[in-house]
Amino acid sequence: MNLNRRKLLVRTLGTIGLLGTSKVFATAEDVDAAIKAIAGDAEVTQGALTLNAPEIAENGNSVPISVSVDGEISDDSYVESVTIFADGNPRPEVITFNFTPLSGEAFAATRMRLAKTQNVIAVAKLSDGTVLSDTRNVKVTIGGCGG
Amino acid sequence: MAKPRIKVPKKASAGDVIKIKALVSHTMESGQRKDKEGNVIPQKIINKFECTFNGTSVFGCDIDPAVSANPFLEFRAKVAESGTFKFMWTDDDGSVIEAEKSIEVS
Amino acid sequence: MHFTNNKTLFTLIGIALCVTASATPVDEVLVIDEELEMTTRVQAVEGHPISEIYSGWHYRTPETRALEADSFANPGMLGVEQGEEIWHTVEGSEGKSCASCHDDAAVSMKGVGANYPKWDEKTQRPKNIEAQINSCRVENMGAEPYKFDKGGQKPLTAYIKNQSLGMPVELDLSEGEMQSWWEKGKETYYLRTGQLNLSCASCHEQNHGKHIRADHLSQGNVNGFPTYRLKQNKLISLHNRFRGCIRDTRAEFPDAFSDVLMGLEVYTTWRGTGLSVETPAVRQ
Repeated sequence: MNLNRRKLLVRTLGTIGLLGTSKVFATAEDVDAAIKAIAGDAEVTQGALTLNAPEIAENGNSVPISVSVDGEISDDSYVESVTIFADGNPRPEVITFNFTPLSGEAFAATRMRLAKTQNVIAVAKLSDGTVLSDTRNVKVTIGGCGG
Repeated sequence: MAKPRIKVPKKASAGDVIKIKALVSHTMESGQRKDKEGNVIPQKIINKFECTFNGTSVFGCDIDPAVSANPFLEFRAKVAESGTFKFMWTDDDGSVIEAEKSIEVS
Repeated sequence: MHFTNNKTLFTLIGIALCVTASATPVDEVLVIDEELEMTTRVQAVEGHPISEIYSGWHYRTPETRALEADSFANPGMLGVEQGEEIWHTVEGSEGKSCASCHDDAAVSMKGVGANYPKWDEKTQRPKNIEAQINSCRVENMGAEPYKFDKGGQKPLTAYIKNQSLGMPVELDLSEGEMQSWWEKGKETYYLRTGQLNLSCASCHEQNHGKHIRADHLSQGNVNGFPTYRLKQNKLISLHNRFRGCIRDTRAEFPDAFSDVLMGLEVYTTWRGTGLSVETPAVRQ
């Protein structure tokens, strides 16, 4: 009988009890809905917002990410917030960075958890109502014998 | 509990945009894990971070359980005058971790 | 097909664990805070089966390597700072802290982390930092000894070892019976154990640089312990890691600080002779 890799993996994990009960993950649709809640009627565009994340994360427990939005910041024109979503985590929300004119530069970095390989999405809201987004796919590897 | 670690330059020139890094010791219990008996371990995270300079808001975050344990944050601030940065991390249990750093601006 | 018995299953896991594509350690230099250049690759000490020794740092992703290179961002430093507080905290019936006798750790503990384990005449066995801390607590402070991985054991060990950051690991095997403990440790290193029938050498000597599933196998050097592991998001002690590795071979694992694991600490520390102390290293 042909035992493919996936079956072997599932059976192996099942046997040693790692799968447990099936977990509910967020979906791309959940993230889309959350972005709509931020954007309202505004069109979501790409360009000035950059999300940095590694292509491959060695451990999903601690994945470094950073966001930046190009452009001058003044008292009347600044980036209000950048929200990070993950479309394959149990919950899609990760963090919202709230900037002010005193931030000087719309840059922020943190480290986040990723339950599996998935898309990380950043959504920026500017004081003039502009909404920007950027997406990176991060592959989360599974460790050696220890998992 | 270890004290928060904060990196702010000691000196800057007026109008400089400076780098600030902050790291605080916290397990960030996600509410997704189970204990040995199979009971869900309740969520307990830092859910909010705020940074002010001389009383005015500089930067803040609303934080969800997907942020890693020992949460790390890096951000920028534009300084026009000497003064004090105040940092506040709010726990789900309502407690607040506070710290301060001063900067000399010439 | 059904797995009717565990033997079939574990044989299949064994096959699945066969290491795959080779990927050599990266050719980079670890410089901490842009000022302290670390020795992370070095010609092996005489009698070592591998010619060039690499720190586990070379096997990690750019992001994990960067975390260790920045002592501010390195979350293991939270533990080191906690250790510093403990250093100055009075405990026990004698009203003493570590600092009462040893004063400034930056002076008194410099080099200590690079030269342990050392021979202990009194107990007639090698003494690691954890054991030294406990004998100080009991004999000089009148305090309870720390239980394995409990109380201040990990942060204080990390703080003491961090005082030797960048200094080369070097053991004195001529003291007492260190050589015979080295021999015992070597036996343990090459002993295949568990249902997976793996020795330390199976992964870390014969297959370092290759992948075990998605994990890049290092030479298993111990110069960065206690080390901050992203998997657990905390400092992990050397004996915890020894036990974890042995557990993963599906063997029964020895007690922390038992003769078996003390021998292994002596032997694996010797294998990393010449590497800089990296405590607290950052690993996956």
